[in-house]
Amino acid sequence: MADIELLPHNVPANADLPELVEELTTLNLGPTHPATHGIFQNILKMDGEKIVSGEQTIGYIHRAFEKIAERRPFYQITTLTDRMNYCSSPINNLGWHMTVEKLLSVEVPKRAQYIRVIMMELARITDHLICNSILGVDTGAFTGFLYVMQKREEVYEIYEEVCGARLTTNMGRLGGMERDLSTTAIRKIHEFIKSFPPVLKEFEKLLNRNRIFMDRTINVGGISLERALSYGFTGPNLRAAGLDYDVRVMNPYSSYEDFEFDIPVGQHGDTYDRYMVRNEEMWQSLKIIEQAINNLPEGPYYADAPEYYLPPKKEVYRSMEALIYHFKIVMGEIDAPIGEVYHAVEGGNGELGFYLISDGGRAPYRLHFRRPSFIYYQAYPEMCKGSTLSDAILTMSSLNVIAGELDA
Amino acid sequence: MLSNQEVAEALLEKFGDQVFDFEEPYGLLTLSTSREEIIPLLEFLHKHKTYQFIFLTDITGIHYPDNAGKEFMVVYHMHSFVHNFRVRIKVSIAEADIHIPTATGLFASANWMERETYDFFGIMFDGHPNLKRILNIEEMDYFPMRREFPMEDATREDKTDALFGR
Repeated sequence: MADIELLPHNVPANADLPELVEELTTLNLGPTHPATHGIFQNILKMDGEKIVSGEQTIGYIHRAFEKIAERRPFYQITTLTDRMNYCSSPINNLGWHMTVEKLLSVEVPKRAQYIRVIMMELARITDHLICNSILGVDTGAFTGFLYVMQKREEVYEIYEEVCGARLTTNMGRLGGMERDLSTTAIRKIHEFIKSFPPVLKEFEKLLNRNRIFMDRTINVGGISLERALSYGFTGPNLRAAGLDYDVRVMNPYSSYEDFEFDIPVGQHGDTYDRYMVRNEEMWQSLKIIEQAINNLPEGPYYADAPEYYLPPKKEVYRSMEALIYHFKIVMGEIDAPIGEVYHAVEGGNGELGFYLISDGGRAPYRLHFRRPSFIYYQAYPEMCKGSTLSDAILTMSSLNVIAGELDA
Repeated sequence: MLSNQEVAEALLEKFGDQVFDFEEPYGLLTLSTSREEIIPLLEFLHKHKTYQFIFLTDITGIHYPDNAGKEFMVVYHMHSFVHNFRVRIKVSIAEADIHIPTATGLFASANWMERETYDFFGIMFDGHPNLKRILNIEEMDYFPMRREFPMEDATREDKTDALFGR
């Protein structure tokens, strides 16, 4: 005991103490870190727990979609698009179909347009559900996530009914949908409209006014409107910063002009605003689905464009024309007109654009995807500068950066 | 509501014969300009009091190997939210002198868009703060989106593309 007693002659003089060195720590966050939900690497310079600067490395799941697309017939590119934002694949698929239809000048019948709107809005709900519930998980509330995943499962069942797949949907065809809404699908959509609001309400009750959640998210990871525009933000992240830009309203496609809905906007562009905007958008999406399913027009579910729309299998076995078209489409013998198109849809994360140049061949000469995640993720170091590591994790999950879309 | 005609006339008045090849494919105003005028043109549209093209939607590249002297093209898409008006600007550059000034001074978003274009086409954006590969590995010694770069290993004999692909 005696030797730990600091007697006066044992106290070191100031001059003997080692000099206090201030230095920054380098922290390698990622590429595979359980808190980042995807493959992102951030090399952070930390001063204690504060982030001084960050450098991102992306491209871990780059699959060269643009290059592959240059060798594929138009209808085979759909499967590439649903691997971009895999939380809302139908939006990508249908956005791509609309781009090609614009190039080919194919008019899609009203019924198909309404079915597409329903599917795209369901996809938006699943996309925002993931983002918001994961934000809950990152602040320590796992319950909400587990609870709303049941609802996502119901949406996936509707996908299954409409296109046969769940995650990588390959939904729709050039010129319409591959099948009409079945009675089961309609029943499931009605059930979803009825059963989803109470769940979403409970989810909101769990987080919206939760003291811990508010303390963790308000004034965290904010971005001003001016910087957000300069960084090319679109979608919920831009709207949270205060600008009501929404492609569905600005350049309506697929009959969005027929529906009544509001665009929620935030004020501060922080994590909480992004969360609130996404939540409100789910209510608006639900409103759109309700209007679309109740006013579903009668009529065909595909366009009268036999040279582009794959004929029903029954016809192929019975009639000569259908057989010829089937063969020509599947073998990629259909030439597209020469032209260049930019078409944008409101994806889960913002303006999802397709810039397509056709030289008149069977495949695009050049196809470029304007991926919203790719463009706004570069603002991340600026947004988490000066915040703590735990807040930076929240900022990233509230931005909803999807690795597949980021790297394409 | 802004019309294509109006914007085209304003640009012609300001830049004269430095803007050319006006087109309207599917209603979208498309024009070409020279490498020297691209940044002044973007700045003019960006800072214009009434047009307010405050948003840079996209930058990308295209390779036309048969177009001698104009092998590469950089395409800019801009958007004016106030008028809901889009414009597409193209700049052709030669493979022998594959340089173009950067737009990062005007838009922060141009940073990664230009890095991506460099990564895939090898187009050098002069003045870019951090022009290096972004999606591909840094050790890569070719530019994969150029047309001459083959999709698959050309030495393979077990696969024939006579029926599929270009």
